[in-house]
Amino acid sequence: MPDELDAIQSVADDVVHQPSHPAPDPNDAHGSVYDGLLGGDPSHWAFGTDFEDPLAGVDTTMPEGVDAADLGTYCLMLADDALIASQRLSEWCSRAPDLEDDIALSNIALDLLGQARLLLARAAAADPSLVPALPEGSPVPAEDALAFFRDAGEFRNVRLVELDNGDFAVTIVKLLLHSSARIAIFEQLVDSRDHVLSAVAAKGIKELTYHRDYAGRWFLTLARGTEESRRRIDAALGQVSPLQAEMFATHAVEARVAAAGVGVDPATVADAVAVVLAQVFALSGVDQPTKAPLAAVQGRQGRDGMHTEALSRIVGEMQVVARAHPMGQW
Amino acid sequence: MTTTTATATATATATDDATRIRERALAAARSVTDPEMPMLTLDDLGILRSVEVSGSGAVTVAITPTYTGCPAMATMRDDLVRVLGVAGFADATIRVSLSPAWSSDWITARGRQALTDHGLSAPGRVPVRSGPVALSLMPTRRELHCPQCGSGAVELTSEFGPTACKALYRCTSCLEPFEHVKEI
Repeated sequence: MPDELDAIQSVADDVVHQPSHPAPDPNDAHGSVYDGLLGGDPSHWAFGTDFEDPLAGVDTTMPEGVDAADLGTYCLMLADDALIASQRLSEWCSRAPDLEDDIALSNIALDLLGQARLLLARAAAADPSLVPALPEGSPVPAEDALAFFRDAGEFRNVRLVELDNGDFAVTIVKLLLHSSARIAIFEQLVDSRDHVLSAVAAKGIKELTYHRDYAGRWFLTLARGTEESRRRIDAALGQVSPLQAEMFATHAVEARVAAAGVGVDPATVADAVAVVLAQVFALSGVDQPTKAPLAAVQGRQGRDGMHTEALSRIVGEMQVVARAHPMGQW
Repeated sequence: MTTTTATATATATATDDATRIRERALAAARSVTDPEMPMLTLDDLGILRSVEVSGSGAVTVAITPTYTGCPAMATMRDDLVRVLGVAGFADATIRVSLSPAWSSDWITARGRQALTDHGLSAPGRVPVRSGPVALSLMPTRRELHCPQCGSGAVELTSEFGPTACKALYRCTSCLEPFEHVKEI
């Protein structure tokens, strides 16, 4: 018996003592285990094996008359809304009610991730002091440092996007409310004096049009569907709507960038968004939600870095691998 | 007199050379295919926006993403650098041109034909918009024909397909599913 136990222990020791595999380094003179897959043809590199500035070649001149720190923070707000919404939506990947919706939600998440990348890169370019410090020689680009090395309290997203997905109805309500607000803001942001914000907005409108239509159609379908689907959409609206008002509450930074002709004061789009949503509610036979807005905490909301507990959990999951390898190349 | 003529001839030759070099760079860039739809070139898709060659032979190429989150951008850039390198342009810079935003209207006639030839449905004209983007709660109406059997009896399965730029359809005549490149 002791011999057997020893044998088992020695196997266990071997397992424990296996060094973990470092990320492959394509520049390593000794090569990596992946070299055989490449066949010597550099075109075989998979997607995403390098990162360069996603704004390479874009006119990133700072517009005059706007405080660089304000512009950077404003970009972070728009970026974090997209990044956290994207991360939440991607939780549906492989778990959605059917394959088409799995693909749809993943597509929407990908669009938002693309918007987040550009906006994070813009934030870093506008105000480099926003970017968390990493060990010297770290290959992590600024956009990734902002996404993966900030703590939850440094995120500037509105709280609505960080809420747990809940059931499919909650996800649809969140997507409807958020995409309606974001598209309305982007429709004004196209006139920004900042070339990057203007370009991101022009492109984003095209993408958000599909997102909002998707959410609106599912809202209508669920509301007019079965008793159970209706019950769920009503419950979802009750749960999410208290976080709607925050999307239109003007933060001091938003007020300043709006005054400088660079950003948008979200309060100015509230009415337009309400008109669109009233259309959805009326067609769906759903009453306008009347729940009181979720209060700010000591005057602070998501834009100030005050979040619900849900954000720390999602950020923890999103960041764990990157934080374990601050010198990693992906 | 003789000197002037010689200079003029030299200039003309230099201009001819520059044109030839630019054409070679352009041809190389135009030969690069889309990583996700290899039957189409980046030029067919309207992703390739410009190719410039400096006096020293440095090439600058501008490309525009179809969707902001397009994961193929890095591959496109690498492919362009590699193909230009093979064509003798060691110094190639790829710029991302975000504005104006890509439109499916930029897909060339050749690109549309290639899509159809490979069983994909090409996008229709992007509707001209004035004022705020209208919400559409009914399935998008498109006049499509099945790329397999040509039937107009098709139904939308999903506005979101295997890549960001495609919607999913099914032909109700031959029952084959097919992909439609979305209007954007």
